Amino acid sequence: MKNSLNERRIYLFKYLNLKRFYYAVGKKGFIEFIISIIFLLFFYAPLINAGMLAFANQYFYPDILPGEWGFKWWEFILGRDNLIQSIFNSFLIASLVTIVSLLICIPAAYALARFDFKFKESIMFSYLLTNAFPKMGLYVSIAIIFYKFNLMGSYLGVIIIHVINSIMYMVWLPMGAFRSIHKQQEEAARDVGATPLQTFFNISLPMAIPGIAVSSIFTFLGSMDESQGTLLVGFPQVKTMATEMYAIIMDFPITAGAVFSLLLIIPSLIIIFIFRKYITADAIQIK
Amino acid sequence: MSEVKVKIKDLSVIYDNGDGVRNIDLDIYESEILTLLGPSGCGKSTILRAIGGFNKLTGGEIIIDGEDISQLPPEKRPTSMVFQSYNLWPHMTVYENLAFGLKLRKISSKEIESEINKVLKLLKMEGFEDKYPAQLSGGQQQRIAIGRSVLLKPAVLLLDEPFSALDAKIRHQMREELKRIQSELNISVVFVTHDQEEAISISHRIVVMDKGKIAQVGTPTEIYEEPVNPYVASFIGEMNFIDEGDKFLAFRPEEVEIVTNDSGEYPATIEHIMLYGHYSQVLLRGRHNMIRAFVPKTNMVDIEEHMKVSFNVTKIREYEKEI
Repeated sequence: MKNSLNERRIYLFKYLNLKRFYYAVGKKGFIEFIISIIFLLFFYAPLINAGMLAFANQYFYPDILPGEWGFKWWEFILGRDNLIQSIFNSFLIASLVTIVSLLICIPAAYALARFDFKFKESIMFSYLLTNAFPKMGLYVSIAIIFYKFNLMGSYLGVIIIHVINSIMYMVWLPMGAFRSIHKQQEEAARDVGATPLQTFFNISLPMAIPGIAVSSIFTFLGSMDESQGTLLVGFPQVKTMATEMYAIIMDFPITAGAVFSLLLIIPSLIIIFIFRKYITADAIQIK
Repeated sequence: MSEVKVKIKDLSVIYDNGDGVRNIDLDIYESEILTLLGPSGCGKSTILRAIGGFNKLTGGEIIIDGEDISQLPPEKRPTSMVFQSYNLWPHMTVYENLAFGLKLRKISSKEIESEINKVLKLLKMEGFEDKYPAQLSGGQQQRIAIGRSVLLKPAVLLLDEPFSALDAKIRHQMREELKRIQSELNISVVFVTHDQEEAISISHRIVVMDKGKIAQVGTPTEIYEEPVNPYVASFIGEMNFIDEGDKFLAFRPEEVEIVTNDSGEYPATIEHIMLYGHYSQVLLRGRHNMIRAFVPKTNMVDIEEHMKVSFNVTKIREYEKEI
């Protein structure tokens, strides 16, 4: 019994040979294998690197491994006064942005999905347009208006900037979700006695929830991540995690930046974990 | 079947492209199944959706129980509709689907429960309360949809080709089910179909439609026996036509009597015989065209293919040619 187990182990090792592997899976399989390895490295190598640098007390380019391991920079980052405030600000702003964006975009998405009206195509195109411009140019011209309305350095100003960024997917994804609802399902609700509003809240909205959830997550995470516009409009009064990140990588060694980037990932991971069942290809109408 | 439940007066529904129905007058009686029958695009669904409140009227009015409901939205009408498919809400259980309309009417949950139990019993679908629509077969979904409608005790139940997405065997069962449910509840039903067999088998009266107009209204027997024009005649059942210059002669395949000598009125040659079980279909080459005859199996002994025969017609209809 033991002998055969040993034999099998040898047998397995024998096949851990690239040439054997190539002929075993065939040319196509081999190329797919190589490509997926490259992709994995491409996606995860920077992450692993950041994870490593975060636990380095000292690191000099171009070394691969740090000279000294430790928690020095964690103590430094966690000891900064601004940290808690910036995390709180980020969550507050991201939550408000998501709510405001939902209130504006969901009715728009429903209207675009269900009703025919003049200039529908150009309205849909205009949502794309806000994302087609170089962001910085757009922000600068918005800043000029914001000065007039005293919105520079205010939370409201930052929220408006973030909402503008979210509009495209907050309209497009839910619109797809609303479109996939069959008209009969809404008509049947009207038929049994629901007003148009009752139909929307009891039938259309619940059926579109997966698409709406995904776009809300995008909006929330996008707002957590946004730094260009926040810096331009909110600096220095509004400090978020993303703008703090800028300050840290400008003023301190990259090891400090690595610690902060790991901290930045945590909220995203939590949110993706909570809503993992909604984040599917199905929800965003990729079929 | 005497009292008028729904009165349609001079109804017109015209779409932007000019299609639609014009000047329809129709009475629907208490506790009858009335079928709107016709090919696709004839306007049968347009009329049904106008009764249900889903089509805006261009002209005329619809009166239910003496009340003009022409301008009311669907939720205010005493009608209930079952669509061809996608009737149920997939995020709700069967129970929630059934309860939705009752809840909107602010009925107590205790009463809702007893009503739903009654309906599930009527549908023979007890035990399905907690299932989701995706867990039901197509036929079961349509049954629940019918149940959801009858729960609301509508003045008239509207069915828009409810069985046409089902396969043949289930479709036949559903017809019987519908007849049973209708006679138990004794409600008025308007049924839309393009299937003439379905129309004949379930209806008390049939409205045959042609290009946005009513061609004929009558009982299935009247429509089958005395179609008013060649269009209705050819649409319902099989019909043979003989062109007589200024008019058509029409007769059904079962109204042909084949005789083996030349004593019959019309000479013919037997082209083809197909056995259908209890009867055979015989194709005859007549003077002008092919004639179809249904012959009971007991009369099949002395004819065979390529035989010269003649035939009589037991009942003949004449139609003037429209010039």
